[in-house]
Amino acid sequence: MKVTINNRILEADPGETVLSVAAGAGISIPTLCHMEGLPPTGACRMCVVEDMETGNLIPSCSQPAFDGMKIKTHSPKALTARRTIVELLLANHPDDCLYCIRNGCCTLQDYSEELGVRQRRYNGERSTYDLDVSSPSIVRDPDKCILCGKCVRVCEEIQGVSAIDFVGRGSDTRIGCAFEEGLNVSSCVNCGQCIMVCPTGALSEKDDTARVIAALRDPEVTVVVQHAPAVSVTVAEDFGIKQGTDIVDRMNGAMRRMGFDYIFPTSFGADLTVIEEASELVERINSGGPFPLFTSCSPGWIKFMEEFYPDLVDNVSSCKSPQQMLGAVIKRLWTGENGINPRKVFHVSIMPCTAKKFECDRPGMREGSVRDVDAVLTTREFIRMIKMFGIDLDLVTGEPADSPYGECSSAGRIFGASGGVMESAVRTAFYMLTGADLPTLEVRELRGLEGIKEVAVNIGELELKAAVVSGLGNARKLLDCILAGEKAYHFVEIMTCPGGCIAGGGQPFTADPQVIKSRMTALYSIDSAASVRTAHSNVSLKKLYDDHLGKPGSHAAREMLHTSYAGREVLK
Amino acid sequence: MGIDHVKEILSSRPGKGRDKLIPILQEVQEAEGFLSKESVELIGNHLKLPASKIFGVATFYNQFRFHPLGRFHIQVCRGTACHVKGSAPILDSLIKELDIQPGKTTEDGLFSLEVVACIGACGLAPVIAVNGEFHARIESDQISDIIDSYRKKAV
Repeated sequence: MKVTINNRILEADPGETVLSVAAGAGISIPTLCHMEGLPPTGACRMCVVEDMETGNLIPSCSQPAFDGMKIKTHSPKALTARRTIVELLLANHPDDCLYCIRNGCCTLQDYSEELGVRQRRYNGERSTYDLDVSSPSIVRDPDKCILCGKCVRVCEEIQGVSAIDFVGRGSDTRIGCAFEEGLNVSSCVNCGQCIMVCPTGALSEKDDTARVIAALRDPEVTVVVQHAPAVSVTVAEDFGIKQGTDIVDRMNGAMRRMGFDYIFPTSFGADLTVIEEASELVERINSGGPFPLFTSCSPGWIKFMEEFYPDLVDNVSSCKSPQQMLGAVIKRLWTGENGINPRKVFHVSIMPCTAKKFECDRPGMREGSVRDVDAVLTTREFIRMIKMFGIDLDLVTGEPADSPYGECSSAGRIFGASGGVMESAVRTAFYMLTGADLPTLEVRELRGLEGIKEVAVNIGELELKAAVVSGLGNARKLLDCILAGEKAYHFVEIMTCPGGCIAGGGQPFTADPQVIKSRMTALYSIDSAASVRTAHSNVSLKKLYDDHLGKPGSHAAREMLHTSYAGREVLK
Repeated sequence: MGIDHVKEILSSRPGKGRDKLIPILQEVQEAEGFLSKESVELIGNHLKLPASKIFGVATFYNQFRFHPLGRFHIQVCRGTACHVKGSAPILDSLIKELDIQPGKTTEDGLFSLEVVACIGACGLAPVIAVNGEFHARIESDQISDIIDSYRKKAV
């Protein structure tokens, strides 16, 4: 099929949309509602292009290309239509870009600039709604919403949660939860995927930078920071460094310049999780179940399970997430060893995730009144802080993390990609069951960005069946198969965000799947280059068990590193 | 009345899917007077639809309410004739006097407010109906007295 776009003859596949043909030829057509991989809604009309045969404007996102079609994507008529759409959207939009969290990374702002909007042509009454600040993770500002519907779609069609939908009609339409209650009492799992697709500042992470800066300023407070493995492979993107570059050492340097007193990688906590979770798996294998064992690292999945699949509570690993394990070790053990009053320690966690802000407040995540993690910053908040502190990452020299928890295996670092937890746990479970390491440590079947992956690993007599799922919509599909008896596994990893933490709701904005892929590749190259590649060969971790915890799953370990779940009543 | 009644309605309409939603919402509202959270949750479980979706559909239509009716249910006609005769300031006065928006019920449960498109009494415009009792050719400064008269009845 041949299509003429902007006087160039292009080849189109049957059923392919004009938008997609144009994109393939490097012609970028603006759109506010298009979502890659989902059927078009044609809601925003930004993508209209001119059909040169009829002179009509047609939405390129939903128009299939046909043979002989002649299109101009940026004809004066199309440009005028787009500019008018932006002007009309701005007519009901607060003029507060300078104060907006999306200032500089807002699609509406970009299009307004690209189309040369220089004045407010339409004045009229603007809608005013209350901010929803009820959630520990996500702030909703309906005044800035342009009703593109992407948040509703990602919540329903990708995550299978449906916490929000369109409410009302006509000019009164807004996005809200059932009965317009706060997000905190809705079925929202705090994953933040809605923020990732929002073209404006209508959705954002709850900003905790001020609390962290206040702690850094207080001379009496020791500020200890942990940072997740999916952070150091994304921060670079915002500083003009090649995407997919791991800058963990430079990040350590930057954090010291900002005034953080101690730096420990969350991957140490991940190694700890691997040991505890693998021993939980081994215990279940020896005692015959219950199977499958589900991973528990992803707090969005945990809340999802408590709301929609409460019968699975006993199947989910009781292990806390790496963030909370490391937090507990720092606040409850490390402070004692170093003669520091835990009440004078402020523990910051830098995460690719908005749900971690919710997780650190869950029951059991504190000892007495001392919280294990005091503040969680997303990657985006951390990037804002680096810029605020005037740090030029190009000029920062790499520095190691602090001891004793600075050592981590690469098994603890691949946690950031979907399949990483499973691969690391399989490495260690194999060792625990056979006393030897896997002949090849890589479990290739578990790598990649597919939503559902399966593998069978032979461990001695046992054929260990495992599955890896990312995206809660995919999780729903797999869980329903498991509950219907169509599938059976020993061990299932579930990550809330599609692709895992590298595509978490707290990461730098990107709509490009190649960027996500580069983040994943970065993590696996760290693994292939590492000398310590299994959690059980982490020497500092072994010392932690020898000095304090005893054996994996011991009473001391259970007290500090494990938690419990319960069904959750929400309107869903 | 009550949750059992809603369950009865649902069992008389088996099967899931969103095409059955609106008739069910109408029947439940008819029986209950409004759509409660409990009813929405039951309907959602029955049709396999999320509560946010049901609420979204229901708020699209003016006919659905989410608060129980007040002891005195006030219908304000905003039809053409009443509009020409000044029903907009009357509605504003009612909103001010009762301190509620249309579709809501006062905290004491005495009054609920509803905007209707035409009450079929154009000759009496502008008109409001309180529990079916018509108040014809009213002006906005009469609203306080009308509301007071019902408050007295309630004592």
